[in-house]
Amino acid sequence: MTCGKEPTVEAGQKPEKNAMIGLPWVASRRGMPIHEAVLRFIPAGKAIYLLPIALFFFSLFFGRYIMDPVETFRILVIGSANALLDGTSSLLSTLSGHQVFLPSFEQTWSASEETVLFRIRLPRVIAAMLVGGGLALAGASFQGLFRNPLVSPDILGVAAGAGFGAALGILLSGNPWVIQVSAFVFGIVAVAVTYGISRIYKNTSTLVLALAGIIVGSLFSALLSLAKYVADPYDTLPAIVFWLMGSLSAVTNADIIAVAPPILLGSLCLFLIRWRINLLSVGEEEAQALGLDTKRMTVVIIVASTVVTASAVCISGIVGWVGLVVPHIGRMLVGPDFRRLIPASALLGASFLLVVDDIARTLTATEIPLGILTALIGAPFFAYLLTQKKVGWT
Amino acid sequence: MILNVNNASFSYDGITKQFEDVSFSLRRGEVLSLLGRNGTGKSTLIKCILNILTPQSGMVEINGHRVTDMRPEEVAREVGYVPQVHHAVFPFTALDFVLMGRAPHISTFSVPKEEDYEKAEEAFARIGITHLREKCISEMSGGESQMVMIARALAQEPSLLILDEPTSHLDIGNQMKVIATIDRLAADGIAILMSTHFPDHGFLVSHTVAILQGGRLIAQGPAEDVITKENLHEAYGVDVCVRYVEEAERMVCIPINPCGCRGRGEA
Repeated sequence: MTCGKEPTVEAGQKPEKNAMIGLPWVASRRGMPIHEAVLRFIPAGKAIYLLPIALFFFSLFFGRYIMDPVETFRILVIGSANALLDGTSSLLSTLSGHQVFLPSFEQTWSASEETVLFRIRLPRVIAAMLVGGGLALAGASFQGLFRNPLVSPDILGVAAGAGFGAALGILLSGNPWVIQVSAFVFGIVAVAVTYGISRIYKNTSTLVLALAGIIVGSLFSALLSLAKYVADPYDTLPAIVFWLMGSLSAVTNADIIAVAPPILLGSLCLFLIRWRINLLSVGEEEAQALGLDTKRMTVVIIVASTVVTASAVCISGIVGWVGLVVPHIGRMLVGPDFRRLIPASALLGASFLLVVDDIARTLTATEIPLGILTALIGAPFFAYLLTQKKVGWT
Repeated sequence: MILNVNNASFSYDGITKQFEDVSFSLRRGEVLSLLGRNGTGKSTLIKCILNILTPQSGMVEINGHRVTDMRPEEVAREVGYVPQVHHAVFPFTALDFVLMGRAPHISTFSVPKEEDYEKAEEAFARIGITHLREKCISEMSGGESQMVMIARALAQEPSLLILDEPTSHLDIGNQMKVIATIDRLAADGIAILMSTHFPDHGFLVSHTVAILQGGRLIAQGPAEDVITKENLHEAYGVDVCVRYVEEAERMVCIPINPCGCRGRGEA
């Protein structure tokens, strides 16, 4: 009897042991709360890959007008499928010369729900992810290039240039497209001038670059002040001020289509060279001795980061802190290796700005500008992180 | 001949020459110690060999190829460089740091593969610092980080290793450890060029010693012929004593009555 019982006890214990370290659904059956089991199962490095996806869906149904999560998901999937079928049938119609009707799924939701989801929330959520991810990625790359963890994507003057460009657009036309294009163009121009100044010294040393960035930054700040000074205080001046504080409230699908390609392309470029940024971050001379063409690498990083930042800023306005703080958080989670830091920064930046934008559009009756919130949330959070010792730089 | 420097001259501004008509060469397994006071252009000469700077005249050849005709990664496959000191900004682990030495063997858009990890591990094992693999370079002592930088240079699989004052920041124990490592690598067939501030190290490892003074090599040859009272007086303005010490079983070189300091005996 005793002998027969023993194996049963052992058999009963074994799966429990496995459950503790094993799969979360097994653990939950054993009475462990599912979220605890999930957290145990997913190390920090993997959680940051799931975070933006979870926040993406959350942000779609969360808002002043709260939608049912399941319904939101259904509208998203079926709505997208219908749009795809619609597009295909009209394409086929044009190609074949006569009307082609493809079947589409039955629409069980109201038109207002569809508008909220596809015309307001979806572009806004995607914009938050693109802008946040892009700024964080550019910030991380610049920190590696300048070998300085206090560098943000603005160091070469892109934000100052874009700010002036937007102000000029507001003064001259007020058309949102003109404002965006002008912001983008002047952001790029500012960085080009910065790089040009550094070239006069026949030197692409990062110190000269940073100094040139300060010069160009203050120049465009002065021009921006001039634009504000001459602006109509009841009309264009508030528009300029609001633009500078940053917001995603006016983002449309067309904006996304315009800025997504440059942001994604620039990001892809930085992602591909991510290991080489490691080399650059240990010092220019050492990188050269390791066979890196540092001059070319510097130009590639500057161009890619600037395209990403200028594209982001031109639809969002000035959003500070993301490019500075998020790479730090990334470094704490995955370490200094840019192979992991680059994707981690992008994902964390997307998540961070999604959360901040959710707060911006829901906390009070009127929208809170993004730039205010990123600093209000980012600064104390960063201060807290610094007390945690594991800062990831020396 | 692995390294061949022929009548090389270099000037930063085109007027004052850093060095002029410098010629020397290095064979497989040979160690050359480069002596000279601060600011004579030892580091500049090293940068010319690494093709970071280009000499105004003369040429540098590595394995028969002019460095000016080689692409950066081609030079890095032949020449490993160990800088004086590494200022760590980001706390890479030693393994990530040594992996960087694989850069000349990895294409631009790629990342280190299994093979590169193996080569990095080999580099650790080769100089006996495998225990440092997971340690952050920012938390290392000077001696440890010097060894890790040597490992990184070895991961490049170079035929020539250049060390810029490899022992300058180290205590006497770590100095000997680095010197012994250099000696072992030379025995494995790597050609080694190191600049140093310790003439005595010339007797420890070098096959040849060269002294750079006033932009020219005032002496080069076997350590016993070059490290002399006269040469060192000319190079450093200090009197030295060079003699055979039986306990050490080698020649030693120490400064005597440096700049009028009172020795303990006279005090």
